[in-house]
Amino acid sequence: MNEAAGRRAKHEAGGTPIPSGERLRFEDVSVELGGRRILEGVDFEIRPGEVVGLLGRNGAGKTTLLRLASGILHPCVGRVLLGDEAVGTMSRRRLARRVALVPQDLHVAFPFRVGELVLMGRAPHQPLLGLESEHDVELALEALDRFGIAHLAERGIETLSGGERQLVLFARALVQGPAILLLDEPTAFLDLKHRVEVLREVRAFARSGRSALVVSHDLSLAARSCDRIVLLGGGGVAGIGAPAEVLTRENLRDAFGIGVQSFPGPDGGLVVVPDRLEEPSAAE
Amino acid sequence: MIRLSRTRVGLVLGLLAFLLLLIVFFAVATGPSNLSLGDVLDVLVGRSEDRTARDILFRIRLPRVYLGLLVGAALAVAGTVFQALLRNPLADPYVLGVSGGAALAGIAVLALGSLVGLSTKAVPMAAFAGGLLATALLYHVSGGPGRSSPTSLLLTGVVFNAFASAGIVFLASVAGFFEGSRVFLWLIGHLSAVEVDAAGMVAASVGFGLGVALVLSKSLNLIALGDETATQLGVPVARHRRWLLLATSLMVGAAVAVSGLVGFVGLIVPHALRLVIGSDHRLLVPASALAGAGFLVLSDTLARSMLDGRELPVGAVTALVGGPLFIFLLRRAQVHGGVA
Repeated sequence: MNEAAGRRAKHEAGGTPIPSGERLRFEDVSVELGGRRILEGVDFEIRPGEVVGLLGRNGAGKTTLLRLASGILHPCVGRVLLGDEAVGTMSRRRLARRVALVPQDLHVAFPFRVGELVLMGRAPHQPLLGLESEHDVELALEALDRFGIAHLAERGIETLSGGERQLVLFARALVQGPAILLLDEPTAFLDLKHRVEVLREVRAFARSGRSALVVSHDLSLAARSCDRIVLLGGGGVAGIGAPAEVLTRENLRDAFGIGVQSFPGPDGGLVVVPDRLEEPSAAE
Repeated sequence: MIRLSRTRVGLVLGLLAFLLLLIVFFAVATGPSNLSLGDVLDVLVGRSEDRTARDILFRIRLPRVYLGLLVGAALAVAGTVFQALLRNPLADPYVLGVSGGAALAGIAVLALGSLVGLSTKAVPMAAFAGGLLATALLYHVSGGPGRSSPTSLLLTGVVFNAFASAGIVFLASVAGFFEGSRVFLWLIGHLSAVEVDAAGMVAASVGFGLGVALVLSKSLNLIALGDETATQLGVPVARHRRWLLLATSLMVGAAVAVSGLVGFVGLIVPHALRLVIGSDHRLLVPASALAGAGFLVLSDTLARSMLDGRELPVGAVTALVGGPLFIFLLRRAQVHGGVA
C-alpha cells in the first residue's frame, strides 16, 4: 500500500503537476429539467482531501449533480464553483483539466482499442492537432497497470465485460489528471474484490490532496469509503455529515421509503441492509 | 504500442498514396484508343510529339481522373465524418439523403436557374446549399446523434432520397430539361470531363472540407464516444460539430455538382479502412481521402472499360459494390443488437 503510494508520488513528482486541491461548491443550486424541478436549494461543498458519497433513491438527482459539476448541465438558480470560479464560465478544456467524470458505462459505435480510449483522457492537455507525447503514453500505461488491465490495452473496447469497461473509464479519468474526480456508480458492474480496489484508488486519490464525489447504491461500501455522505431526498439535501450520522434508520426510511437496518459491524464499520424481506403471504 | 505513432501514420498514408499513384497510372493508360503506358509517360514528360495522344490525355483522361480523385476523396471523408458525428457506422452522404438534397438543389438551378438569371456556374453553390439544408433537416428530424436509432436515421435518409429523386425528375419534366440522359446520369452518378470547368471550385471546397476534418480529427474521436463524454474531455462539441457539418456539406455539394449521386463511397471506404487501420480519426480521415480518391478512380476506370465501346456510369459500379456491403453491415448490426 505505502509502496504503491510512494510509486505514485514519485511518478507524479516528475509528471503532470497535480492541480492543487480545489474546493467544489454547490451554492444554493436549483435545477429544472423539461420544466420539472429536479433539485432545489442544494448547498454543500467538497473540500480537498475528501471523498464524499452521494446517495439517494433513483431519480433523486445524484447524476444531475455530477453533470452540474462537470459543466454539462447548468443550474437555473445558484452557482457551481470550482475554487473561486463558476464552472459555467470556464472553457471546456480548462474545466476538463480539473474535473474528470467516470460515467456509468460507455457505448461505443466503433471498435476503439482500450489503450486508445485511455489515451483520450489526455485530450484536454494536448494541442488540437497532433499525436500523443511520450509522457502521455507513460501516464496511460501506468493507469492501465494500476487497474490490472494492461493486458487488455490492444483489445477492442466492444470485447470487454461491463466491469472491465468500468476500469477502463476509471483509468481514463485518472489520466486526465483532475483535481476533482466525479464517479457515477463506479462499482456497479464490479465484483467485490474490484469494488474494493477501485474505492481504494479513490481514497488514494483523495489522500494526495484532491477530492472525489462518488454516487453509489452500495450503502455499506459508501459508509466505509467516504469521509462524508450527502443524502439526497425530497428534491434537495436530506442529510449531510459523517456516515454514521447520516445513514440512520430514520433518514434512510425517509430517503428510500423502506425499512433499513443500520448498525456497526464487528470491526466498527457501518453495515446498512434493508429489513428482513417479507414473503408475500399465500393466504392473500 | 497503444499510441498512434508517427511511423504508423507515415507507413499507412505512404502505402495508400503509392496505391493511388498506381491507380492513377492505370486509369490514365486505360481507354478506347490504344495508348500504352509508355506513350502516356512520353506525353507526360513532354517527349511525345503526338498531338492526338496529347489531346486524349490532357482533354479527356486526366480531367476525368482529376474529378474522380476529388469526388472520391470528398465522399469518403464526408462518410467518415458523418459516421463519427452520428455515431453510426452505416451513415453515408448518399444513404442519408444529403447527396440527394444537394442534387435536387443543383438540378433546380440547372433546370430553372435561367428563369431567374442564374447561370450554371451557380450549380455547385446550390448543391452545397442543398446538402447543408438536407443535413440540417436530417439532424432535426432524427432528433440528433445518439438519440436516433440507426433504423430511424436510415429511414429518414430513404425518404429524403425518394423525395429528392422525385423532385429531380419533376423539375426536369417541367422545365423540358430532358436533354437525353443528363438527368439519368445525375441520378445514378457519373464522372464526365465536361464538368471540368467547375474543377477549381470543387478542388477548393474539397480542400477546405478536408482541412477542417483533419484539424478536428481528434475531436471526432471524442465526439464518436458521445457528446457528454466529448464535452467532459474538453471538446466544445456544438462549435466543432457546426464546423464539421459545414465542411462535409460543402464537400458533398461540390462532389454532387460535378458527378451527381455517386453512392456508397462514404460507406465502403471508411468501413474497409477501419478493419485494417483501426478507428483513430487522425489516421482515418487522411486515409479515407486517399483511399476514397483511389476507389472512385478505379471504379470509374472499370466503368468505362468493362463494356466494349460503351460506358457504365461510375455510380452503377459503386452501388453494385456498396449495396451488398450495406445489407451485410445492417444485418450484422441487427444481430449484435444495434450499432449505435
